[in-house]
Amino acid sequence: MSARDEILSAVRVALRDADRSELDVPRDYRSAHASGDIVALFEERVVDYRASFARCTPDDLVSTIRAALGSASKILVPQGFPVELDGVPDADDLDSYDAVVTTAALGIATTGTIVLDHGPGQGRRALSLVPDVHVCVLWENQIVGGVAQAVARLDPARPQTWISGPSATSDIELNRVEGVHGPRKLHVIVVNEG
Amino acid sequence: MSATFVGMPAFPVAAREALADSQLRRNLEHATHTIRAKRAAVVGEVDEWEELRLAGAAIKDNTLLHLDEYLLQLEESLQARGVTVHWARDAREACDVVARIAQTHGVDEIVKVKSMVTQEIGLNEALAAQGIVAWETDLAELIVQLGDDLPSHILVPAIHRNRAEIREIFRRRMAAAGRPAPENLSDEPAELAAAARLHLREKFLRAKMAVSGANFAVAESGTLVVVESEGNGRMCLTLPEVLVSVVGIEKVVPTFADLDVFLQLLPRSSTGERMNPYTSTWTGIAPGDGPQEMHVVLLDNGRTRALADDVGRQALRCIRCSACLNVCPVYERTGGHAYGSVYPGPIGAILNPLLKGVGVDEQTDSLPYASSLCGACFDACPVRIDIPEVLVHLRTKVVDAHREGPPKAEAVAMKSASWVLSDARRLGFAERGLGVASKVLDRVGRRVLPGGRRALGRLPWPGSLWTNARDVPAPPAESFRAWWRKGGRP
Amino acid sequence: MKVAVMVTCINDSMFPDTGKSVFRLLRRLGVDADFPEAQTCCAQPMVNTGYLDEAVPVVRTFVDAFAGYDAIVTPSGSCAGSARHQHAIVARRAGDERLAEAGPRVYELSEFLVDVLGVSDVGAYFPHRVTYHPTCHSLRMLRVGEKPLRLLRAVRGLDLIELPAAEECCGFGGTFAVKNAETSTAIGADKARHVRATGAEVLVAGDNSCLLHIGGMLSRERTGVRVMHLADVLASTEEDA
Repeated sequence: MSARDEILSAVRVALRDADRSELDVPRDYRSAHASGDIVALFEERVVDYRASFARCTPDDLVSTIRAALGSASKILVPQGFPVELDGVPDADDLDSYDAVVTTAALGIATTGTIVLDHGPGQGRRALSLVPDVHVCVLWENQIVGGVAQAVARLDPARPQTWISGPSATSDIELNRVEGVHGPRKLHVIVVNEG
Repeated sequence: MSATFVGMPAFPVAAREALADSQLRRNLEHATHTIRAKRAAVVGEVDEWEELRLAGAAIKDNTLLHLDEYLLQLEESLQARGVTVHWARDAREACDVVARIAQTHGVDEIVKVKSMVTQEIGLNEALAAQGIVAWETDLAELIVQLGDDLPSHILVPAIHRNRAEIREIFRRRMAAAGRPAPENLSDEPAELAAAARLHLREKFLRAKMAVSGANFAVAESGTLVVVESEGNGRMCLTLPEVLVSVVGIEKVVPTFADLDVFLQLLPRSSTGERMNPYTSTWTGIAPGDGPQEMHVVLLDNGRTRALADDVGRQALRCIRCSACLNVCPVYERTGGHAYGSVYPGPIGAILNPLLKGVGVDEQTDSLPYASSLCGACFDACPVRIDIPEVLVHLRTKVVDAHREGPPKAEAVAMKSASWVLSDARRLGFAERGLGVASKVLDRVGRRVLPGGRRALGRLPWPGSLWTNARDVPAPPAESFRAWWRKGGRP
Repeated sequence: MKVAVMVTCINDSMFPDTGKSVFRLLRRLGVDADFPEAQTCCAQPMVNTGYLDEAVPVVRTFVDAFAGYDAIVTPSGSCAGSARHQHAIVARRAGDERLAEAGPRVYELSEFLVDVLGVSDVGAYFPHRVTYHPTCHSLRMLRVGEKPLRLLRAVRGLDLIELPAAEECCGFGGTFAVKNAETSTAIGADKARHVRATGAEVLVAGDNSCLLHIGGMLSRERTGVRVMHLADVLASTEEDA
């Protein structure tokens, strides 16, 4: 018998005497919503991870991004990024780039998370990983209250990267230290509805 | 990593060594207390925590009870997205699959995402035997690998090491594995992390093949999920050309929507954060983005054995958060190595016997007894695994497995106790014996307990098991029963 | 209501005064409780060590001894937990549902006082500095919560000091205390350290088994801290002082 058939048969034998009727999954947790100003909550939670945070109007967006980029000179700006910036859309030698600027699919207020689904303006996954600085731009209406609302909006078919603060580790005495393999600086910019 | 858990002694013996290591005790106490406080704070923020636990347990139970159907669905979804699916009955089969894929591509080194299941199957050692080097890229795994050490925690395999020890390992061992540690490396965690970043970056950039596990595998969509902190997982999942993911068959969840439970439960229970820094999800091959060849190895390795145990089955809900380790009074004192497995702590004390079966080796049989049954693990478990219940159940299985053959002293004692305690007259008689002993011991016992009762000091074996570190009150001259029978009334 | 006291095997043979305290206390509260003499043990030592077959006759004795009582009160969170949660396992093993019959009628002492009798001031007097260890099975198996503390706070003269890391296990764990003696005492040493840090004269708990362990360590370390069962404190009055 193949390994596949043997494992499936072992599963069936193991469950031979089990009551296999479907259990009710309580979904009450989905009705829990972050209350109040979720953009303010998002800001608070992003900052808690020691990421930097800025709000701007559509008109100030370019200057806000430039401020976040600071002295970075080699910059990646993926195809489909909504404003004109001085950068290249992709490269082979990602490690030689200082910073990357992307949009995101959404933001999660209660956890201070940004989710990239690598659509237009976000680039392939490695783009927002290898450079040491990541500037991520979201619009106010992209921010949802909690994880349940985020999962409901996302398309499983697309690759996703959930980012909560800069790269970090708790591997040394269980204290969080920022800066291992991913970007060591994360700047989140939220654009107010014009 | 050449160190191995094979041949470890039974828990009480292994624990003795750990208990005598005061540095280890301090490292563990510091780490477990830090993470406990963080977990308590972020769990306390979520009003619907109990609803999430109930939902998590129910989703996992439903999946396990229909595991054959969900596995077939997962296989189909993965194949539809260009992923090659392999099945492995045991560790050897799984390791062979991975080695074969590496050999097909002429690869002699791979990078690894931290994964419990590849530790469980001894993948690194199996690949090394085929001339393939596996580089661990998680910081703690790197510390363990460079230190030729063994993991002692599910989340933080190097939890037994403090910063000074880590600096020493980096200074001595990094050079032989690639880029050496910087000169003047201090023991500041940020500097240590930066040294790991530099050391591993060249490996990420040149790697052709990566091996990962998966925290979750979604049957409906074929999505795999890796939850991590450092970004080493993202590196491995996106930079190489070939990705092999070894996935235990219990990792399947029915739908993508079900992740809304686990992506809340796992980070808060695990690192004590609202969300871990990085979570990657991928659904087969994404053209132009990441590895263009993908394999998934679905592994049994004892899971169907655990599934067949109607009480123990719940252990397969485990999402490897390690909250139970962090709150366990036993783990806090002994650390993980004493459990002789990559799965230590309360979950290890049930998972190892369930995966391997009891009555085969003394080490595995000792694990269900490595608990005071205090219940802190159940309260911390995000998927409500009743670990104390399973521990007691497995103790019964261990005893039953040894009912044939010559009885141990313990079995004789329990049978005698059962005989005495099945009949009040027998118990009364035994108590009268204690009363007589009391009169003798009263003259021997030199210590007086606060409150005036006489105490016994060190007794010969088996009493020494108690009295090596604890006094014991001398038995009373008269039992309660005897007093009552005399017409004693308050 | 017909009330029986399950004294427990350890109290019967090693701590008879705790059994007497329970009767004194209940009498004072107007409850005429009985001590069914056929009682022995809840079978927890066998069940928790894995000897289910050996537990069967002990549980049978338990069920027979307490047949006909509406409430079975016991000065032990652990034994109450065993009867309520584990007798069903023994019943399944024996294929005899009757063995699970008594479990649901068992109350730990503080539960009986607060929930059934509805009292939190039992009229006790105990002029000492006291700290309280909530034993694991009371806390996490029975979920007695604040009940013992409510009872202690109402005791006149009693100065209650909070125990640091109170909810952590003491390391006793039944046969764990001898099967893994070194680990058990390593855990116990930390509990003893926390007790000493309170400066209390008396450590109180609802289980004499845990107190046997912690008290044994406190005595070996010559700390001078006395251990007492909750029942012994609640039974104390001005006359005893």
